[in-house]
Amino acid sequence: MATFFGEVVSVYSRAVEEDEYDDMTNENEEDEQIRREIEEKRAVDVHWLSQTDGGSVPCSDLIIAVGLNATGFVSAYALSSGGWTAVAWISLWNERSPGSGRANTAPGPGEPSCVLYQQKHSPSVLICQCSCYVAEDQLFQWTEKVLSCVQTRGLTVTVLSDCSVAEYKTSDYLSESSVPFLRSLRTSAHTGPVASPALEQPNISTGLAAAVLSHCQVQRIPAVLYQCYSDVLQPDSLSMQTYRAAVSAVLKLDPSPSADVLQKITRGGELQSNLYT
Amino acid sequence: MFIASGDVVPSFKGFTLIMPAVSVGNVGQLAVDLLISTLNMARVGHFHTDCLIPMAGNNPYATCAEEAGQLSTSAEVYCHSDSKLAVLQIRTPIIQTKVRSFRKLMVSWIKSSGFLRSVLLSSSQAYHRDDQQLHGTPLRYLLTPSLQKEEAPRVEELGWREMERISAFPGVSDSEQRLYIPGGGVTKALYTDCCTEGISMAVVLIFCSEGDNIPDAFALVNHLNDWLHLLEKPVRVRKCGESES
Repeated sequence: MATFFGEVVSVYSRAVEEDEYDDMTNENEEDEQIRREIEEKRAVDVHWLSQTDGGSVPCSDLIIAVGLNATGFVSAYALSSGGWTAVAWISLWNERSPGSGRANTAPGPGEPSCVLYQQKHSPSVLICQCSCYVAEDQLFQWTEKVLSCVQTRGLTVTVLSDCSVAEYKTSDYLSESSVPFLRSLRTSAHTGPVASPALEQPNISTGLAAAVLSHCQVQRIPAVLYQCYSDVLQPDSLSMQTYRAAVSAVLKLDPSPSADVLQKITRGGELQSNLYT
Repeated sequence: MFIASGDVVPSFKGFTLIMPAVSVGNVGQLAVDLLISTLNMARVGHFHTDCLIPMAGNNPYATCAEEAGQLSTSAEVYCHSDSKLAVLQIRTPIIQTKVRSFRKLMVSWIKSSGFLRSVLLSSSQAYHRDDQQLHGTPLRYLLTPSLQKEEAPRVEELGWREMERISAFPGVSDSEQRLYIPGGGVTKALYTDCCTEGISMAVVLIFCSEGDNIPDAFALVNHLNDWLHLLEKPVRVRKCGESES
């Protein structure tokens, strides 16, 4: 397969074999019902913790954090200060995020989750921390549901998302000292300053960050995505710190989070057991 | 669904629509990229749907710094009003459970937009060719019944080869002849849907394998150009050091 710019990439063909389609056209009622049940099981739902009317909250800034470094950053530098209240959580099921098994109960601390926090002293600032895996077929629904939690008038969305530097394509050699680094993508409606250089072609964003950005682009919501490219597989404090520049204009950050907090977040990725110890 | 970029919703009535199928070698998509950049087409809107894997990136057709910062999404519509041409570029695969929805969506959009005709650019696995198909041109076409009357004489004049039907049970004589487009993604199904719905659609495809598919994209676009006359002269791959003529 060749990209537009001529590099040859050896990947398998993304075209699905047509035999699969023949099967789907021969569906009977039972298949239809199974399909409906699977769709229901994979549905994304928002559960409000405090609001009784379930409507959308006024919001000037919504920060969405996806990925271990991004979620670790908001935990350590913003949420741990105590000035935030959890106002809603998003439930979903897929093979990689089976959930806690307790239906309709908010996830406990340490469990993969998707929670919306509101700043106490400035209630129009919200953070959505997403540490559970959202499957491809759920991304669109997740985005629509989460963004319908907030009023879009006067809204600016900031997405923080992790990426591996192994996926970063560049014609120049990347020196060790330049990693981790941020690159940004923004919607046409976003005209304010951005804290990092733009993501150069042919690099792209996929997953939840791309779903949010696409939604904001078509709905004409000013939004900016900051993608942090890191060469470390586990969450690390240096990569987390890189996000500071992205949100310092919107959030008052803890200048130096406690070592305990950082350690708890970065140690989460360690192997739980090792055959040789 | 189609969402216009600007405040004015463009009208596609009487336009020709060109769109790719996500298929082997991504040839259809490469060909569409080639059309958009060569004709310098302006983006007029996004195709916002839950059927495609989401993707975002900066403008892949930027020729200057100002244009570079324009966000591109997984499916966008470009327009060249002078030629009454609209092009839909699809950059990501269709989510497997949403293929049928996607086909319905396309059929309904084509109908409601009032396109005069649609062209689906696609490709098929070269290794699946039978003895007959190994000879001659790797390019094939298909026309839906609605487009047959108008265009069949023209494609015959051009010497185009129609995609052959194959036996449902090879080796068994008298077995049913059916259309088989391996590696074509949604091509066969969408073509069949358009036949049923009375939509004027042409499929133009090339046999190829995964690899450097740029030459295949050029071949497909030049072949299409013989019919539609979108460009004055054939496009060709520029060698290193050559300046634009």
